[in-house]
Amino acid sequence: MGASPVLDTARFDTVAVDAINAPDFSLAGITPLLCVFGAAAVGVLVEAFAPRNVRHPVQVAVALAGTLGALVACVLLAGTREVTAAQALAVDGAGLFLQATIAGLGALSILLFAERSLDPARSSFVASAAVPAGSARDRELMTAQRVQTEVYPLATFAIAGMMLFTAANDLLIMFVALEVLSLPLYLLAGMARRRRLLSQEAALKYFLLGAFASAFFLYGLALVYGSTGSVQLADIRAAGLEDSTSTLPVIGLGLLIVGLMFKASVAPFHTWTPDVYQGSPTPVTAFMAACTKVAAFGAILRLLYVAFGDSEWTWRPLVYGIAIVSMLVGAVLGLTQTDVKRMLAYSSIAHAGFLLTGVLGLGPGGTGSGLQATMFYLLAYGISTVGVFAVVTLVRDGDGEATHLSQWAGLARRSPLTAAIMTLFLLALAGIPLTSGFIGKFTVFRAAIEQGAWPLVVVALVASAIAAFYYLKLVVLMYFSDPAEDGPTVGVPGLPTTIVLAVTVSATLVLGVVPGAVLELAERAAIFGA
Amino acid sequence: MLSNYMPFVGLFVLAAAFALFSVAAAPYVGPRRYNQAKLEAYECGIEPVDQPLTGGRFPVKFYLTAMLFIVFDIEIVFLYPWAVSNEALGVFGLVEMAVFIATVFIAYAYVWRRGGLEWD
Repeated sequence: MGASPVLDTARFDTVAVDAINAPDFSLAGITPLLCVFGAAAVGVLVEAFAPRNVRHPVQVAVALAGTLGALVACVLLAGTREVTAAQALAVDGAGLFLQATIAGLGALSILLFAERSLDPARSSFVASAAVPAGSARDRELMTAQRVQTEVYPLATFAIAGMMLFTAANDLLIMFVALEVLSLPLYLLAGMARRRRLLSQEAALKYFLLGAFASAFFLYGLALVYGSTGSVQLADIRAAGLEDSTSTLPVIGLGLLIVGLMFKASVAPFHTWTPDVYQGSPTPVTAFMAACTKVAAFGAILRLLYVAFGDSEWTWRPLVYGIAIVSMLVGAVLGLTQTDVKRMLAYSSIAHAGFLLTGVLGLGPGGTGSGLQATMFYLLAYGISTVGVFAVVTLVRDGDGEATHLSQWAGLARRSPLTAAIMTLFLLALAGIPLTSGFIGKFTVFRAAIEQGAWPLVVVALVASAIAAFYYLKLVVLMYFSDPAEDGPTVGVPGLPTTIVLAVTVSATLVLGVVPGAVLELAERAAIFGA
Repeated sequence: MLSNYMPFVGLFVLAAAFALFSVAAAPYVGPRRYNQAKLEAYECGIEPVDQPLTGGRFPVKFYLTAMLFIVFDIEIVFLYPWAVSNEALGVFGLVEMAVFIATVFIAYAYVWRRGGLEWD
C-alpha cells in the first residue's frame, strides 16, 4: 500500500513547499490598472466618510482622475513589451492601446454620469435603489434633488475590470476580470431614475444571463485546462492542437467563445442586449455599449490570437459563421424597432459582426492586419456610440427621455444643432465616407479580404446597406417630418455633456478625414507579447 | 493506472455498507423514547425561527449578514497560505498581504459607515 502513488506522502510534501514563491512583479507595467483600481478604492472611502453634500463633486473628480491617469500611464508606457505577475498579465502594444481606449471612453461615460442640468431631479440615477418602485418613499425621493453617488466607484471598478480583461494573459485572471467588470454593470443597469421597473427588469435579465455566460466560460476554461495542463495562454499555444483528434480543447475553446461573445453582444448570444440597453439609464447604456465592447473584443483577440493563434482551424469556421449571423440579425431586426435605444442596441449587434470580420484577418504565422483593423474599429465605434447616446439623453419630455422614434419627428426644426450632431453619429455608425465609421469598416473589410474571406465581406456589405436604411430612416424623420404638437423638447446640456459631445464629434470627424496618424499608431501597437 | 483507485472503491463500498447496515439495524437494536425535540429539523443547536405569518419570507437582513460574513471569511482563507509560506515570500509577501488587508478594511469601513452592521 505504501508504494502506491496515491498515498505517496513524500511527493505531496515537496509539491506543497514549492508551490508558493514570490512572483516577479513589474509595478511600472501595471500602473494603468493601479490608477483605476486605486481610484475605485478611494471612491468607496469617499462614499463612507465624506459628507453627503460634497460627495458628488469629489466622486466625479476621483473617477476622472483615475481614468485620465490610466490614459496618461498607457501613453507613457507605449512601446513596453513584457509579461509580468507570474505570466498572468501582459503589457504589450495591443493591450495598452485597448486599455487607453477603455480609459478614455470610460472618462467620457463618467462625464455623462455627472450631467446634472438635464433632469429636473438633477441626475439620471435613482436616489436610493433599494426603495421599492412606486412606494410613497420612492415618490418622495423622485422630486427631492438627492443624487446617487455610488455609481462612480461602481463604474470605476467596471472600467478597472475591463482594462484587466484586455491585459489578462491567463484564463483564470481573464475570468476574474470578467466578473469584476460584470458585477458593477449588473447593478448600474438597474439604477434608472425614471421607468424604474423597466430598469430593474433589465438588471435582472442581464444578471441571470450574464451569470449563465460566466458559467460557460468557466466550463470552457476547465476543459482547456484539462486537455493542455495550463491556464496560461502561452502554454496553451505551446501545447499545440495540430492533431485534429483533440476534441477536448476545441470544445473548451467553443465554450470560452460563448462566454466572451455574450459580453460582446454578438448574435446568437445577443438576446439580452435590446432589453438591457433600453432599460438601463442612458449614460450607463453608453458606457456598456462602448467600453464593454472594447474590453470583450480585447479578450477575444487575445484568446484567439495568442492561445489559439497556431491552430486557427479550431475557431475560424465558428467565428466566420457567428459573424454572418450577428451582422444579419443586427441589420434586419434593427429595421423593425420603434425605440431609439433598442435600435441602437441592434446596431451594436451588427457592429459586433463587423468587428468579427476584422478578427478573421489573422494570417499564418501572426501576419495579417486583423489586429490593428479591429483595434481601430473599436476606437472609432466606441467614440461614435458614446456620442450617439449622449444625444439621446438630450431629447426629453415630461416623463424623462423621449426614446420612441415617432417623438423624434421634426427634431431638426426644434433644434438644428442637435439633429446635425445626431446625423453625424448615425452616418458614422452607417459607415458613410468622411466619418470614422467608414475608415473603420474599410480597414476591417480589407483585413478580411487579405485572408481570402471575401464572401464574408460581401455579406458584410449587404448588412451595412440594410443597416444604413434604419440609420437614414431616423435622419429623414428628423429632417423631413412635421414635429408633433406635444413633442419632446431638447434639453440644454451642462458642461459635462457639452464636453462629451465636443470630443466625440471632433474625434468622429478627425478619424474620418485624417485617420493616418491613428491608423499608424494602431499598426505599431498591433503586438501581442505572450 | 485504474488499480491506483481501488482503495477509493473499497472505501466507497465500506461507507455504503456501513450506512445501509446502520439504517437497517437501528429499528431492531435501538431504544425508542419519543420527545418533542426529536421532531425538529436538528436535535441540537439553535431552535429554528418561525416562519412569518404573512408568508414564507425572511427579512433581507439575514441575507446581508450572510453576505458580509462571506466577504470577511474569505480574507482568512487567503491569510492561511501566506502564513504558511511567509519565509519563502519574504518582504514582498508581507507588503502584498498588507495591501490586501487594507482593501478589505476599505470594504469594512464602507459597511460600517453606511449602517450595514446595524440590525435595526
